[in-house]
Amino acid sequence: MRPDRDIDALRERLKAMETDGCPTDDARFDLGHAEVDRDLGGLATHALHEIYAATTPDATAALGFALGLVQRAAGDRPVVWGVQAMAGLETGQIHGPGLREMGLDPGRVVLVRVKETKDLLATGEEALACGAVGAVLLTAWGESKVLSLTATRRLSMAAGQGRATAILTRLAAQPQPSAAETRWRVRGALSRALEADAPGHPTYAVELLRHRLGAQPNAWTMEWDRERGVFEQGGRNAEHQQSQRPALPGGLVSPAADGSSAARGGAVRRFG
Amino acid sequence: MRLAAANGQALALGLSPGMTLADARARAPDIRVVVHRPEADAALLKRVLLDFGRFTPMAATDGPDGLALDITGCAHLFGGEDGLVRAVAARAQGVGLAVRLAMAGTPEAARALARFGRGGIHEGEGQSQALRRLPVAALELSDKETQALSRAGLKTLAHLADRPTAPIAARFGAAAATRLNRVLGREDARIRPERPVPLISVDRILVEPITETADVEAVIGDLLIEAMDRLDLRGQGGRAFQVGFFRLDGEVRHITVRTGRPSRDAAAVLRLFRERLAALARPLDPGFGFDQLRLSVPVADRLASRQRGFEPTPPGAEDLGRLVDRLTARLGPEAVSRFEPVASHWPERAVHLSPAALPAREEATWPGPDPADPPLRPLQMFDPPQPVLATAEVPDHPPNRFIWRRVDHRLIRVEGPERIAPEWWRTLKRPLEPTRDYYRVEDQEGRRFWLFRSGFYGEEPAPRWFVHGVFA
Repeated sequence: MRPDRDIDALRERLKAMETDGCPTDDARFDLGHAEVDRDLGGLATHALHEIYAATTPDATAALGFALGLVQRAAGDRPVVWGVQAMAGLETGQIHGPGLREMGLDPGRVVLVRVKETKDLLATGEEALACGAVGAVLLTAWGESKVLSLTATRRLSMAAGQGRATAILTRLAAQPQPSAAETRWRVRGALSRALEADAPGHPTYAVELLRHRLGAQPNAWTMEWDRERGVFEQGGRNAEHQQSQRPALPGGLVSPAADGSSAARGGAVRRFG
Repeated sequence: MRLAAANGQALALGLSPGMTLADARARAPDIRVVVHRPEADAALLKRVLLDFGRFTPMAATDGPDGLALDITGCAHLFGGEDGLVRAVAARAQGVGLAVRLAMAGTPEAARALARFGRGGIHEGEGQSQALRRLPVAALELSDKETQALSRAGLKTLAHLADRPTAPIAARFGAAAATRLNRVLGREDARIRPERPVPLISVDRILVEPITETADVEAVIGDLLIEAMDRLDLRGQGGRAFQVGFFRLDGEVRHITVRTGRPSRDAAAVLRLFRERLAALARPLDPGFGFDQLRLSVPVADRLASRQRGFEPTPPGAEDLGRLVDRLTARLGPEAVSRFEPVASHWPERAVHLSPAALPAREEATWPGPDPADPPLRPLQMFDPPQPVLATAEVPDHPPNRFIWRRVDHRLIRVEGPERIAPEWWRTLKRPLEPTRDYYRVEDQEGRRFWLFRSGFYGEEPAPRWFVHGVFA
């Protein structure tokens, strides 16, 4: 018998019994990025959000940003990821260890691989409405008539019904009207270099194209912090801010490496 | 050439199997002869067997020209034993077979009565009387032994039945004694059915054949409710459910759905069947209609009877299983998968996609990344790796640019190499794939790639560059 495990199990059950643990319908989640959260006041949790890859090579950046939103929105609940086969062939297959490196436990993910867009939508609707998942991520490839205004409206209704977050990533497609709550365009952005000029943490140039509640289109550079599970100010701006910090003693630790660990709330995480 | 078989009319003319063709022609010049094709006979028998599955799930072939049906507990579906025998006879005549049917307490007794007696329904005292009248040939011993029995004056089974078995066993072998006991119904052996017998099987015989999808679904729904009650009594839940569609013209089709965890939820399983039927590559063809549907549960697991309303069911887990089952039924088991870690440092092998409908392996854990590190493995990976043209300032140095899909990527940040050697102990393939030197790189547009160089400079074959994955 392991008492700590028992206590954990009891906590789980208590959590399940508490009705106010359920998010209410105007539930929102934030990104952890101070500026974005101030401007948008968070994103609707039980709604559809659309993310376009700016160009085909930015597909992975778009998926990375989407995964960040999924983790912000879904908490510890299961995630269903529907991927159209063509996307996998063109931009690479989803790699389990890579998911882990983005902070999402691959064990929580059910991967659904489909050929046709209509199957992708059907999978999305079914998964959203069933009430068992925290978020559904759909990856569609190319322009498609099937992804119409009606289809996206059905997705957002299913999201409301099943109290889940729907995130539709579109690769190799131009932004078009839809029933999405927010629409984003993402491209990869230069990361803050780590020690010895090594590539840094996932960094995205994110544009808000449309917001149903009327927030103005805007653009930010965001860096994903896996350990804290938040977006942060990232890229060159961040580097600029850092350079204004007091110089560090010794030349062994680069400012960026120290900056990231300081921003991360430090030692507790390191050993946690 | 000899006769392999003869029909009723030929037998009446005095012809019998085993006779030479010349003799037969001499007796009856105008007989019609066809070449004996045992494999075609066997195929026909197999089809009849499949169709006769409608009478009982316990059916097996009996020799090259017989079928044995275990009808324990089945007769009431056809209005008693008489009704069942009539139904079997009508079905056989329908496909043009001449049959002799016998029903008795053991398979051997029924066989003996069908082949050496007059057939019919036998039980109790009547059965043993009928069996006693059979010739000793009904034991189907070797010719020599049958002859020896006749010479000893033992002509019918009655002669043998009244004697102690020990001397018979001593003289003709234990097999003969066992055979006698079985034919006389003193000893019972089950028949070995063609398909494994399901734990639970529920039948619905339809007076009026059905063709409409809605009707078929309604019948499946009823059968499921019945089967679930029986599963409940056993404290089990089904892991697989199979519906047999028996068509009026003898075609039989079986369709199976599986669930990730034991289930007793009739509505959920019915939904699975709906999706499965809608997604069949070869749609269910009712022809002139189905006249019987059978639901069976081949696989079941323990599932405690649940008291509702007392303890709140944890939300999520069960529903997710159901969702996985529904998606699997529609898209196939390969489409709905789960990531499972594999203890391997070779990147292609570090993860395995297994069907999400199957139970997960418990012990599997994912290695956690070092908190300070950025992602060291790409979010998306190419299989196989994509060849690129890469250049480095000096051989063996990190690359400074590469061309992939006609795009020139100038690299401004590079980390590496991370050397990964092939797992020589896993493969018998020789020569091994070359060792790889991996680099994490970022280009001027802010895209991060995982490049590797396969092989070393100064060795044959010359090293080649690949892009293996893309980081977010």
